[in-house]
Amino acid sequence: MSAVATPRATKSERWRIERAPTQPLWLTILSPVILVALALIVGAGLLSLTGSDPWLVYRRMAQLAFGSAYGWSDTTVKATPLILAGLGVSIAFRMRLWNIGAEGQLFLGAFMATGVALHWLPRDTPQPLMLLAMAAAGFVGGALWGLIPGLLKAKLNVNEIITTLMLNYVAIQWNNFFVYGPWSERGFGLSPQFPRNAWLPRLTDFAADFPFLRGLTAHFGILIAVALAVVLWVVWRSTRWGFEVSVVGDNPRAARYAGINLTRNIILVMALSGGLAGLAGMSEVSGVVHRLQERFSPGYGFTAIIVAWLAKLNPLAIILVSYLFAGLLVGGDAIQPAGIAQLLQGVILFVVVSGDMILRYRVRRV
Amino acid sequence: MEWVLLVNLLASGVRSGTAILFASIGEIFAERSGVLNLGVEGMMLMGAMTAFGVAHNTGNPWLGLLAAAGVGTVLALLHAFVTVTLRADQVVSGLALTFVGSGLSAVLGAPLVEIRQAPRLPTYPIPLLADLPVLGPILFNHNVIVYLGFLLIPAAWFYIYRTRPGLELRAVGEYPAAADVQGINVFALRYAYVMVGGFLAGVGGAALSLAITPLWIEGMTSGQGWIAVGLVIFARWNPVQAAVGSYLFGAIRRLPLDLQTLPLFLRNPAWGYFLNMLPYLFTVIVLVIGSREAMRRRAGAPAALGLPYVREERGA
Repeated sequence: MSAVATPRATKSERWRIERAPTQPLWLTILSPVILVALALIVGAGLLSLTGSDPWLVYRRMAQLAFGSAYGWSDTTVKATPLILAGLGVSIAFRMRLWNIGAEGQLFLGAFMATGVALHWLPRDTPQPLMLLAMAAAGFVGGALWGLIPGLLKAKLNVNEIITTLMLNYVAIQWNNFFVYGPWSERGFGLSPQFPRNAWLPRLTDFAADFPFLRGLTAHFGILIAVALAVVLWVVWRSTRWGFEVSVVGDNPRAARYAGINLTRNIILVMALSGGLAGLAGMSEVSGVVHRLQERFSPGYGFTAIIVAWLAKLNPLAIILVSYLFAGLLVGGDAIQPAGIAQLLQGVILFVVVSGDMILRYRVRRV
Repeated sequence: MEWVLLVNLLASGVRSGTAILFASIGEIFAERSGVLNLGVEGMMLMGAMTAFGVAHNTGNPWLGLLAAAGVGTVLALLHAFVTVTLRADQVVSGLALTFVGSGLSAVLGAPLVEIRQAPRLPTYPIPLLADLPVLGPILFNHNVIVYLGFLLIPAAWFYIYRTRPGLELRAVGEYPAAADVQGINVFALRYAYVMVGGFLAGVGGAALSLAITPLWIEGMTSGQGWIAVGLVIFARWNPVQAAVGSYLFGAIRRLPLDLQTLPLFLRNPAWGYFLNMLPYLFTVIVLVIGSREAMRRRAGAPAALGLPYVREERGA
């Protein structure tokens, strides 16, 4: 046991495993690719354990997700909330705040957007105004849901991992109350459909002018998501606040000595983080489901955590990784048994977190 | 009349809190050694699924319990390897473990969902004690797994606070460098206690599927693994306080079922969803209380919790 536990055996001092001071550029770029490939191999092992042919499963999944215009459109639909929520959690992670509550924040965002679309604004509100109000409400809903754990963390040092996670369950029950109670359509777990002016435009809506777009359901939300990723990329690269956040994440004590206000930043970051996840919820009800319903998210908020981590919190990488995972979801939807997509996500995260460490070390002769 | 209701509530609280009890005491062992394992939910799910499947296929619930403990241990070993040997981030590895556990249990357990009945662990009223008024039904008329939980509480407490290995466990979690100097094998102990945590989380899962809600449904823990992790903080890493918390949570989990029959909720069934929030809201409240206490008494988490131990580097 101890031989496993101590990577550097002290008896034979000829070889040492140690942390490499720098990582070559090719390894930085290539390592996610290597790690995902490795994860797929491990996943293949587990799949054959469950009695399915991994090669067939993978080929089927890839074909469904990326094999046609429809596939790409479906994948884009699922990538949209992943990018938005992934950007959200990445903001918090950058400050080493573990916001595991994106799922709940997404539900609250969807809830607020639904309130605007169905109840709080007149039904004949012009579409741009309606969508803008829904987006703002969605952001606020998610932000409030992130603010609660943020305040508790900043003021009382309450562990944010558990509070954000618990608030997920609360948000889902909150949503259930409304779709089965006051906002329900005849007691089913869904609200009435939104008026057309509360729908984010989809590709298929332009089929009258461009017939080849017929049936493609990718919606306007992807443009917002990509634009926000670029904005965030700029913020991290070239603003003072972006720099502050990473300083706090790397070394809170140094940040305090440098005069950075920790309390304010924790609260702000958690609210922003939740707000983006809330926007993901708005984009989902307005662009895809067109109503609020029970379990409209297949765990986007949780997948977003893996996405953000795999992308190393880089906003542009989050777009790419979101597409990969969206493909996994599109493919996973169509194959049995259910749960394979979730399993593969877990395996990828595991391989990435451990592989990352392995790649950071080198073997050296002493 | 109210007495009967209260006694019933407490009795079912003790029963349904048992799963959280095993999981949270397991997590106390892991965290005391300095390793945070957020994979409890995943290990419990795998434990529940394995226990149910093995009990169904062999006809022996005890084999199911054993298998669940084994599966939990193996999953925890994975976490130990990634965090202790590879020194990867404990939070991320734990999250990954939960994803893997939830996904794998859903995939492997898919055929088990159809099965309504599997052999359960036996219920055994303790002679004489079970006939006591009030205390009898609350404490002494239960499933065997509940009694095992009773035994675990003082045993864990005694081990941690009153034995030599318990002292070493705490040393490894508080100040691993000092423990290392004393000749304690920090790496081996961390491996061992993370695995103890997995073992107990597996048993907690088995308690669910073999006794408390004897069937298998995908995601049947519904956050109990996370509640267990939260309870550890509230309990300030003390098994006795964790037990109190677990049984309280068991009662709160049962509360919605009992309150649903009140006229108010019969008239507005959707309000029941607010009742379902109770255990989760309560976890948040309990965490706030725990954190305030920790700040006031300056007695918080094990000092080295979450930090990988590296021999050549300075500091804890």
